[in-house]
Amino acid sequence: MSKPGVLRLFPEEEYVLPGHAACPGCPIGIGLRYVLKALEGKAIVVIPACCTSIVAGPFPRSAFKVPVLHIAFAAAAATASGILEALEAKGITDVHVVVWAGDGGTVDIGIQALSGAAERGHNIIYICYDNEAYMNTGIQRSGATPYGAWTTTTVTGKREHKKDVPAIMVAHRIPYVATASVGFPVDLYNKVKKASMMKGLKYIHLHAPCPVGWRFPSEKTIEVARLAVETGMWVLYEVVYGKFKLTGPSARLLDKKQRKPIGEYLRLQERFRKLSEQDVKELQDFVDSQWEYITKMLER
Amino acid sequence: MTSRMDVKKLVLTSNYAAAYAAKLARAEIISAYPITPQTTVVEKLAEFIERGELKAKMIRVESEHSAMAACIGASATGARVFTATSSHGLLYMYEMLWWAAGARLPIVMGVVTRAIAPPWNIWTEHADILSPRDSGWLIFFAESAQEVLDMILQAYKVAENEQVLLPVMVGWDAFISSHTAEPVDVPSQEIVDEFLPPRKSAAFLLDVKDPVSHGNLVFPDFYMEFRYLMQRGMESARDIIRKVDEEFGKIFGRRYGGLIEKYRCDDAEYALITLGGSSGDAREAVDKLRENGVKIGLCRIRVIRPFPVQDVVECLSNKEGVIVVERDISMGLCGVLATEIASVLFMNGIQPKFASFIAGLGGREVSVEDFLKMLDFSLKEFQRGNKRVGPHWYGVKEEVIP
Ligand SMILES: Cc1ncc(C[n+]2csc(CCOP(=O)(O)OP(=O)(O)O)c2C)c(N)n1
Ligand code: SF4
Ligand SMILES: [Mg+2]
Repeated sequence: MSKPGVLRLFPEEEYVLPGHAACPGCPIGIGLRYVLKALEGKAIVVIPACCTSIVAGPFPRSAFKVPVLHIAFAAAAATASGILEALEAKGITDVHVVVWAGDGGTVDIGIQALSGAAERGHNIIYICYDNEAYMNTGIQRSGATPYGAWTTTTVTGKREHKKDVPAIMVAHRIPYVATASVGFPVDLYNKVKKASMMKGLKYIHLHAPCPVGWRFPSEKTIEVARLAVETGMWVLYEVVYGKFKLTGPSARLLDKKQRKPIGEYLRLQERFRKLSEQDVKELQDFVDSQWEYITKMLER
Repeated sequence: MTSRMDVKKLVLTSNYAAAYAAKLARAEIISAYPITPQTTVVEKLAEFIERGELKAKMIRVESEHSAMAACIGASATGARVFTATSSHGLLYMYEMLWWAAGARLPIVMGVVTRAIAPPWNIWTEHADILSPRDSGWLIFFAESAQEVLDMILQAYKVAENEQVLLPVMVGWDAFISSHTAEPVDVPSQEIVDEFLPPRKSAAFLLDVKDPVSHGNLVFPDFYMEFRYLMQRGMESARDIIRKVDEEFGKIFGRRYGGLIEKYRCDDAEYALITLGGSSGDAREAVDKLRENGVKIGLCRIRVIRPFPVQDVVECLSNKEGVIVVERDISMGLCGVLATEIASVLFMNGIQPKFASFIAGLGGREVSVEDFLKMLDFSLKEFQRGNKRVGPHWYGVKEEVIP
């Protein structure tokens, strides 16, 4: 039986098994499914404290058909370094060491370990799935939460903008940095494949709309994810050895007129419900400046 | 020609002895972060690797938290790993210490014991190594460079035993041991290989061909069993430590007596209890008192976890008085060793006279004279009918205390 839609492009084998513990509409199962398909299950996955610690399912079962090492919140990248070196010591070279970490575990508490592993040039695929808050602990703001968003610790809306960690990773001059979205699986799949063929630390920042934390209906995950890209709030690109390239639908959004107004994206989410007009403008300006940065990078 | 029984006599600090031990144990992954006074352990190992004498990978991490995380990753993949740290470094990896133990990984770590700031102090104190004592790490403590080397070799054998499968830290004192050189017998690689074969593969290692998950969420209906199994590993470790020490003795000709080392203890009426590098001075003090007809012995604690319950009970059950001198203080109570020994004695219905001293914090010297003063004071108090002496802060300069 052939699978519907985009799945017919990918290997049949499933590594994210039925019965996992995610909320309905959760982006984790979607993203991880494509990632593990792209790696054909030849991956040891390190997971720091995050929603996925729960999604994996409780002892004695696991919803993931790959070896998993759960680890403390700040420790994912360093743990991956240890696995990698041990594999190399044993002469095993055909297994990918993958970190699957949330935005909190990446852009906040885990950034030191990530930076260290990147600087050491460790051969790791690091994937940050970004649901733009600490969801596991009940929707607290993170460094990746966008301006204006409600969280339980920014009840009147966050006053700071999202931290640009892909740019920080580009500054590490690693071989591969990419952004991706659960709404664009082929783009994600291709990026993981590409990363898997390079040596060094590969960083993929995966936009992952969370219906629970962002307050939208659970059947709208893909719609929200796609609107983030179509409005230019989230930009799909890859940076291969320092060379920038827009990918997927973002490739035709360099011209501002092609982008949908961010309101279309914001409107779907309760977390932005209290945004004033001024706030929307502030966000729009930020999005525009983000595109200016990308334009500069493309010209490099 | 070299034979397997060949021994090289080298003059080594405890730090270098530790590096030689990790090399002889054929550690495959070394992951560490520098901190005074641990640095020379890792520098020496880096030198061994660069000279091609040790086939190991060194992960030069950016923090101690990451050092232990990398050890965990490597050990869960099946490698034999080594690391070393001290003081703030040990505290910085505190979260990962619990992780390593809970994950049942046979990591071996050297801990050069040092005081904790503020104020900054780089000299010896046992506050660091005693603070993770509830974490599930076995905690050993050596007195000499030779013992550091021997203990690290033994530590791997104990940690990797299937009935134990817990990490081990081996402690020694900052500067007194870490940077003081003494002659050390360094055994041949061949004979160490016989004593300590490569780490065995096990079903639970990370392997894509047979995927397992480590550390999934466990609900209250099972968590307690995981902890119970760790405690059982600890309990089994006592006998295994003794057996490993015996086996080591047969092969290398050096035995330490297992979890405690007794010196002139058997016929003693009083026992002095110590930990680590100042035990040499304690031994001399015991000799001096013996010359004066006082029947006293020394019980040096070599293993803090698992706590040497039977050994301490056996050693102290017939004693008139026990005197604990230690380089640590559990703020708000008293010394950690005194607390633990008193509790073991109480639980076994033994009630000798008991004196307790906090001495030598932050590297202040504790000399033979100092031991003699503390012992003299205790014995006098005991004779005056005082059954409980202290806890006293020995040598605190009252004149500078506001
Ligand atoms: C040292 C430490 N501090 C705090 C926590 C509590 N904690 C667990 S998961 C989490 C948030 C995770 O957020 P993120 O990485 O964004 O993943 P998400 O849950 O959103 O998927 C926090 C704060 C912890 N486990 N460890
Ligand atoms: S809170 Fe969000 S990210 Fe976490 S499991 Fe639920 S849907 Fe997924
Ligand atoms: Mg998050």
